Amino acid sequence: MAGDIKIHIQNFGLRYSDGTESLHDITLDIYARQINVLFGPAGGGKSTLLRAMNRLNDLTDVVEQTGHILLDGEDITRPGYDIVRLRRRVGIVFARPVVLPMSIYRNITYGLELAGIRDKATLDAAVTRSLQQSALWEEVHDRLGDPAHALSGGQQQRLCLARVLALQPEVILLDEPTSGLDPISTAKIETTMQELKSDYTFVIVPHSVQQAARVADWASFFLQGELIEHGVGREMFLKPKHTRTEDYITGRFG
Amino acid sequence: MTRTKPPRLSRQTSQRIAFALITLAAIVVVAPIFFIVGYIVYQGISAISWEFLTAYPHNGMKEGGLLPAIVGTLWLTLGTAVVAVPIGIGAAIYLSEYAKDNALTRAIRVAIINLAGIPSVVYGLFGLGLFVIFLNFGTSILAGSLTLGIMTLPVIISTAEEALRAVPQSFRLVSVSLGGTRWQTIRRVVLPQALPGIITGVILGLERAAGETAPILFTVAAFFLPRLPKSIFDQTMALPYHLFVISTQVPGMPIHIQYGTALVLLIFVLSMNVLATLIRNHYRKQRFW
Repeated sequence: MAGDIKIHIQNFGLRYSDGTESLHDITLDIYARQINVLFGPAGGGKSTLLRAMNRLNDLTDVVEQTGHILLDGEDITRPGYDIVRLRRRVGIVFARPVVLPMSIYRNITYGLELAGIRDKATLDAAVTRSLQQSALWEEVHDRLGDPAHALSGGQQQRLCLARVLALQPEVILLDEPTSGLDPISTAKIETTMQELKSDYTFVIVPHSVQQAARVADWASFFLQGELIEHGVGREMFLKPKHTRTEDYITGRFG
Repeated sequence: MTRTKPPRLSRQTSQRIAFALITLAAIVVVAPIFFIVGYIVYQGISAISWEFLTAYPHNGMKEGGLLPAIVGTLWLTLGTAVVAVPIGIGAAIYLSEYAKDNALTRAIRVAIINLAGIPSVVYGLFGLGLFVIFLNFGTSILAGSLTLGIMTLPVIISTAEEALRAVPQSFRLVSVSLGGTRWQTIRRVVLPQALPGIITGVILGLERAAGETAPILFTVAAFFLPRLPKSIFDQTMALPYHLFVISTQVPGMPIHIQYGTALVLLIFVLSMNVLATLIRNHYRKQRFW
């Protein structure tokens, strides 16, 4: 089931100034229109790698970065690369739903307005489409002008997903998107991913091994900044090749 | 032989005494404010009339009203705002959003702290030297506004920076992750959220400027000028300086005129204070972070 390579990570390494989380020599392919899972115990560098894929690490204190990340063959790590455009192509949903202090509607149109889109009909269409895609439309369509913070946690997180979908990115990064959510909201997000993966490439850091096993088309196991194992999700969770992967999956350490 | 001494006072008693002393301290702080305001109102209220607020002074300022001084103070407050608000907010945005922790930033911070510590009469002399004489603005609203503006900068910069820093970092991260540039993020998310705090700081800074005497002494204030200023290059009377003049420089000045003038200045400044509080409370209710 290997398909097109969307993102190619080549000998990528990264170190923070406080030395807490780092990555060592990661080489990994992210496949287009698949759910790519990065999992492993905390502090393994998964979130760091995720954020490197749309250069959000630029905002933090990175001491040293080595290697390359290629998006459709283009090196996004090279100096001078247009990171604003990159972030429109590669969207991200964070662990804690952070809605902007605006209405539901404006939360979704925010990214489009930044990109200079002003046309009301275009914005309206984007709001409707992305709310339907994120399974939130039914719940909020009659109160789009309400402040977004009035929504429940699960609704806020789906709004955060809708906000990313509005930009029609090619890749969607999800950093433990359901860690604070109830099982029903979690299921909605997971279903949304499955429904949308024919059009989008997903890279997710799941909040549990169980979630990793549920959603993974491709899985990568990270331990203390190193990529231990990479392969087809179904195979890895049934029959891991490495003992450390097996120990983690079976709950011998965590 | 070790034996703990029995406490001289029971815990409840010492608690009560401490509470009483602290309460007393709070009352001691508040009492002078009521006393000052009460005394000024008591002495000055009889001077307040429509004529007092809208007429020109005459008969050696012993009669008539305060119109040129009120208008002058309004002009100076506005001028101070024009000078200090853009520069102050700009500097605060730089310090909060752009500045890295390096020698330049530290130098700017030290400068701001020192600027806040300079006595106001020194600002007056500085304004006289630079604006009135060297730049040849003369004794004018322009020179006075620039002097008051520089004096007000530290207040505006520090309150505005504090308000900007209070905006959660996560909003900035989200905005940038959606393809926002740093400036778009500041303009669309950070500034609107920080605005109530910034406005409060601006008003408090202007309030201080409106009540100052020393900085305007050499740069703009006229002893007696019974007409309204025609341009920013004109001198003007101003309430604080007028109060100083009629309290110390004019023999035989009726006391109710002096206190009436003080009352008008007090009301002017206090109403700005109230406005700042109202704005802050209004927006705080709408904030949810």
